[in-house]
Amino acid sequence: MSLWLAIIGMGLITYAIRLSFVLLGERGQGPAVFRRGLKFVPTAVLSAIILPELLQPGGTLDISLGNARLLAGLVAALVAWRTQNVLGTIGAGMGVLWVLEIIG
Amino acid sequence: MGAESHMKRSEFIAGVRAELPILLGVIPFGLIFGVLAIGAGLSPMLAQAMSFIVFAGSAQFIAIPLLGAGVATAVLWLTTFIVNVRHMLYSASVAPFMQQLPARWRWLLAYLLTDEAYVVSILHYNDDTVSDSHKHYFLLGAGLTLWTTWQMSTAAGVFLGGQVPNSWGLDFTLALTFMAMVMPVLKDRPSVAAALAAGIVAVLANSLPYKMGLMLAAVTGIIVGMLIEGRGAKGEGRRGSSLVSCASRFGEQS
Repeated sequence: MSLWLAIIGMGLITYAIRLSFVLLGERGQGPAVFRRGLKFVPTAVLSAIILPELLQPGGTLDISLGNARLLAGLVAALVAWRTQNVLGTIGAGMGVLWVLEIIG
Repeated sequence: MGAESHMKRSEFIAGVRAELPILLGVIPFGLIFGVLAIGAGLSPMLAQAMSFIVFAGSAQFIAIPLLGAGVATAVLWLTTFIVNVRHMLYSASVAPFMQQLPARWRWLLAYLLTDEAYVVSILHYNDDTVSDSHKHYFLLGAGLTLWTTWQMSTAAGVFLGGQVPNSWGLDFTLALTFMAMVMPVLKDRPSVAAALAAGIVAVLANSLPYKMGLMLAAVTGIIVGMLIEGRGAKGEGRRGSSLVSCASRFGEQS
């Protein structure tokens, strides 16, 4: 059935993308300049996910005190920097977010 | 042999542990996916099969309205490719660590290479204080933990239907978890520059469809990181912008 075909195709495409370089091994390592860039992948991806979550909670840019996620995120960033503790960072961020939403 | 299997197990458990905080942010997404899939007219079987076969949250979410609107399958597949092409970066990034692994391991780990399993695992792969020899068990632990959670939260959404309560903003925990992970990595100027560039481009390009903004931001961040690193290698990068050098010092203290 066509829905099954559609979903299986989606799965194969996704899998092929994830498999690409992993399966190529030595041959897939590319030129040195390419390898040099790889170490920035996690930093770049994480930042690219985090910043819009803080600055554009509703989809539009909101840099103001009214943006609870921005304030919560700033507090969490401070905790993350000082403690490097994941649960502490989540606790601080969510704590500030909920308090601001109750007050607001 | 005893020591070997002990190391494998402790790597696996460390991977499971590292993934746990992320689950808090993933469960609401799985629930909502299940609810939306059923709402769009997919059968419970198909909704669950999608989480099983595709196993990629963003692509699954985007597929729901497309399937509902009855678009051509080719369009759906092209969309899937565009949304998930960032995983090629992840694949390239973990590939050097997998060269010694048997093919069956690589086939398995590639299936588990989601955003959430990748980020915790690559930070572990890059940790020089731990021997590389059993780190694939870490990725296996993280990947299976996420996989199980995704399947179960999809199923819960499928069966709870519209009764899923407001998520209390739990989706935000994903960004907070990633924040705790990225902070320790920001320890030199090129990394801080890469982070700032990627973050700013992600904000500017956030309105682009199909997660293209994320891919654009990641590539920009990588290029900026490499440029700053290259310049630093030549002349100690003495003319860095004040924002970057300030942020870089901020990172060095951590």
